[in-house]
Amino acid sequence: MNLRVGTDDVRSQLRNPMKLARGLGSAKSGVEHWWVQRLTAAALVVLGIWFVITVLGLLHADYAAARATVAKPWNALLLIVFVLTMFWHAVLGLQVVVEDYVHTRWKEVVLLVAIKFLAVLGALAGVLAVLRVALTP
Amino acid sequence: MGEFTLPRNSKIQPGKHYPAKDAKKPRTFRIYRWSPDDDKNPRIDTYEIDLAACGPMVLDALLKIKNEIDPTLSLRRSCREGICGSCAMNIDGTNTLACICAIDSVASGDVKIYPLPHMPVVKDIIPDLTHFYAQYASIKPWIRTQSPAPGKERLQSPEDRKKLDGLYECILCACCSTSCPSYWWNGDKYLGPAILLQAYRWIVDSRDETTGERLDDLEDPFKLYRCHTIMNCTRTCPKGLNPAKAIAEIKKLMVERRSA
Repeated sequence: MNLRVGTDDVRSQLRNPMKLARGLGSAKSGVEHWWVQRLTAAALVVLGIWFVITVLGLLHADYAAARATVAKPWNALLLIVFVLTMFWHAVLGLQVVVEDYVHTRWKEVVLLVAIKFLAVLGALAGVLAVLRVALTP
Repeated sequence: MGEFTLPRNSKIQPGKHYPAKDAKKPRTFRIYRWSPDDDKNPRIDTYEIDLAACGPMVLDALLKIKNEIDPTLSLRRSCREGICGSCAMNIDGTNTLACICAIDSVASGDVKIYPLPHMPVVKDIIPDLTHFYAQYASIKPWIRTQSPAPGKERLQSPEDRKKLDGLYECILCACCSTSCPSYWWNGDKYLGPAILLQAYRWIVDSRDETTGERLDDLEDPFKLYRCHTIMNCTRTCPKGLNPAKAIAEIKKLMVERRSA
């Protein structure tokens, strides 16, 4: 990836500077990513506050009490939503970090795909854990 | 990965020292020097000048150095009143125009002068802006219409004209774009604050009929969405403009034309 693009580079490639400036053109995407990142962020403000309050409420609780709290239908539902939203938001954020700083194309692609796979794994594991607690008597 | 250290041939070496003789009001300037004509690394030359016999602006000092001390110092300048954008450079850590930057406004100590950051250097404090200008041309910075040209000028209401205030004043000096870390890391694809402000200037122009196409062309993870609202652009603009706001307005329009 040519990060420092100047007259010499362009001339040595016998290309007009416009060729590089226009590049591959617009991907016609990006709004979705930007908008969903903001929606999940807004949701996480509310869910995060609820999560912290719930966890603080369990400070001196024993295992059975903690289990009973998680198993309450509203708590289980909100926990699942929290886990999914958090991983979704994390994928969107990490994607931006990788795109910003990783300039070797194959490394970039490997990282972007790995982030998505690991996030799905993590999110499903979280959901499964909540469901097991909520649904086992 | 991102480059966080300079390549070996870009590491700066100590340079020459030009002391002042019986100066009434001495001030030291430390200036980045590099020439494509030899294989030497860049260096910092130190010039001491007498402010009692110098104009008030940094550009005055640079021209005094070039005229009286070291004619090899190369720089761009033209209008000397902040309207051409030629003398954009990094003064005391901030990108600005040398011609409207008062020497007294630089905090005490040496006045450090470097070229605009993260651009290829042509010579000394002259950056290569080829790609920056090509990016500007790529957004088609002129009125485009579908309706046939009217017999006389295209009219615009005073309210619509007002929307161009804060945009039309941009002189494309590149201070903002070269202050933006996102432009440093991804400037080959990211358009940067200056070009996006210019793009918005045509998007918001009531006489332009290609608003949709303009938004289409910008809707891209790199061309537009590398802006992470770092705000260096607005902080550094020597004309007091707000490129970050222009970019935010483009992002709002992108959402406006779709379903939430």
